[in-house]
Amino acid sequence: MSAPYLSATGMRGGYGKADILNDCTITVDQGQIAVIVGPNGAGKSTAMKAVFGMLNLREGEVRLAGEDITALTPQQRVHKGMGFVPQTHNIFPNMTVEENLQMGAFIRKDDYSGTLAQVYELFPAVADKRRQNAGELSGGQRQQVAVGRALMTQPRLLMLDEPTAGVSPIVMDELFDRIIEIARTGISILMVEQNARQALEIADLGYVLVQGTNRYTDTGEALLANPEVRRTFLGG
Amino acid sequence: MDILNAGVALLNFVVVPAAAYGAQLALGALGVTLIYGILRFSNFAFGDTMAMGTAFTIMVTWAIQALGIAIFPLPTALIALPFGIAVTALIVLFTDRIVYRFYRRKKVDPIVMVMASVGVMFVMNGLTRVLIGVEEIRFDDGARFLFSVQDFRAWSGLTEGLSLRVSQLLTLIITALVCWGLFVFLNRTRTGKAMRAYSDNEDLALLSGIDPDQVVRITWIIGTALAVIAGTLYGLDKTFKAFNYFQILLPIFAAAIVGGLGNPLGAVVGGFVVAFSEVAITYPWKKVAGYLFPDWQPEGLLQLLSTEYKFAVSFVILIVVLLFKPTGLFRGKSV
Repeated sequence: MSAPYLSATGMRGGYGKADILNDCTITVDQGQIAVIVGPNGAGKSTAMKAVFGMLNLREGEVRLAGEDITALTPQQRVHKGMGFVPQTHNIFPNMTVEENLQMGAFIRKDDYSGTLAQVYELFPAVADKRRQNAGELSGGQRQQVAVGRALMTQPRLLMLDEPTAGVSPIVMDELFDRIIEIARTGISILMVEQNARQALEIADLGYVLVQGTNRYTDTGEALLANPEVRRTFLGG
Repeated sequence: MDILNAGVALLNFVVVPAAAYGAQLALGALGVTLIYGILRFSNFAFGDTMAMGTAFTIMVTWAIQALGIAIFPLPTALIALPFGIAVTALIVLFTDRIVYRFYRRKKVDPIVMVMASVGVMFVMNGLTRVLIGVEEIRFDDGARFLFSVQDFRAWSGLTEGLSLRVSQLLTLIITALVCWGLFVFLNRTRTGKAMRAYSDNEDLALLSGIDPDQVVRITWIIGTALAVIAGTLYGLDKTFKAFNYFQILLPIFAAAIVGGLGNPLGAVVGGFVVAFSEVAITYPWKKVAGYLFPDWQPEGLLQLLSTEYKFAVSFVILIVVLLFKPTGLFRGKSV
């Protein structure tokens, strides 16, 4: 059996002197949906930022498709096939939806009209508003634009930092459906989620982080069934 | 007939001069707003960049005149303008390299950049004076009028006259062309869109692989081109005097803020709003009123504010906008 597509192992690091992550390991296989959940301040977003190179690691390594990318900058990792959707400020508000997607494809030298059509097919609501400024859209549609922008580089691994933060439950379900669709095309998904229960329902793999350390790692289904996880992290 | 006379007087003393002045402010405000939107600071050296660029343009104009080349009825300065822009752009890029880049890399607060630009302003100010002196310089060769007051009177038979100077028409045409070109560049080209993206969300632009150094460079070049064009047109319309360019900084910033800092369309509208307010408030309305209400004999000149106070108009507009709509008319960034 080959190594997982993304394997970030033994990560230790933080901002400044204190370590937020302590021997944290995250792996995702191709076409898998992996979800990081955990209490506030557990280092969920930090773990994802470490995978994306926005944080210097003191220990551990990040491998993508077997290649060691620990020393690369986030921009270089985008070239390697990573796509990242930040939690906030993840669109260009004063540019049209279409321009947002074009900027997503900025590093591509080839014809990206096919990818553009795919993104519009995935998010029809966004396609209808392609000439409108992204800043004028609703919260859910903005998130779709943000995800679409990241998809424009045709990443092999898409990372989402709390994609459903601040959107209504209906929009959240819709967004999760789209994420499943993206994973079905063979793209690996790694996401951090506040809505732990719903996120674990669609997760192939769930990571419960506590104080920067892996506490539980299992399939989403198993974690949802685990009474201890339910009591401690999912509110019963 | 009286109404026609009133209209002509209004055109001649308010509308035409304010339109030309507004166009010059609009170009300047476009430069300021572009630099603010992308480099994220108010560039106080902008007025002196205008002065320096105009000084270079004048010197190249002299050289071209000495060679005996002319494009009558247009002013020779038009041929010199591209050279003036090129030399000034090189100096500004050099300034960025030795001053602003240092602070940009340190990610300092905008106020530190503003203070650095004040320093640059004083240096440029001094250099311009050493280079070309402090006196008034006229360099508008070529034809003076498209039609003069006498021409108009003879043609129309009205008491009031209307004149249109070549420099005024030239200002309006060049401003229209430059604005059109800039908007096409920003909205249609890859580089222009990258600049807007960088202005909109710097982190996401970096994440998308946009080269920040290139964006900064192009912004300086376009900003400088706008400064030199605005400065040269202003100099052709009035006269060149280094100190005037330092003073014009205020109405230019007022225009940019009224329109909404960082918003190019707002800058253009702001330029005309400030220019028309300034001219309308300092214009003695007695003559126009005389035609419209022949029986009314007002005591004064019906001038709201004497022309010496024209900069106060910019100040008042600035304060009103900052109090009631800090993001400007066109939703720019709040100051």
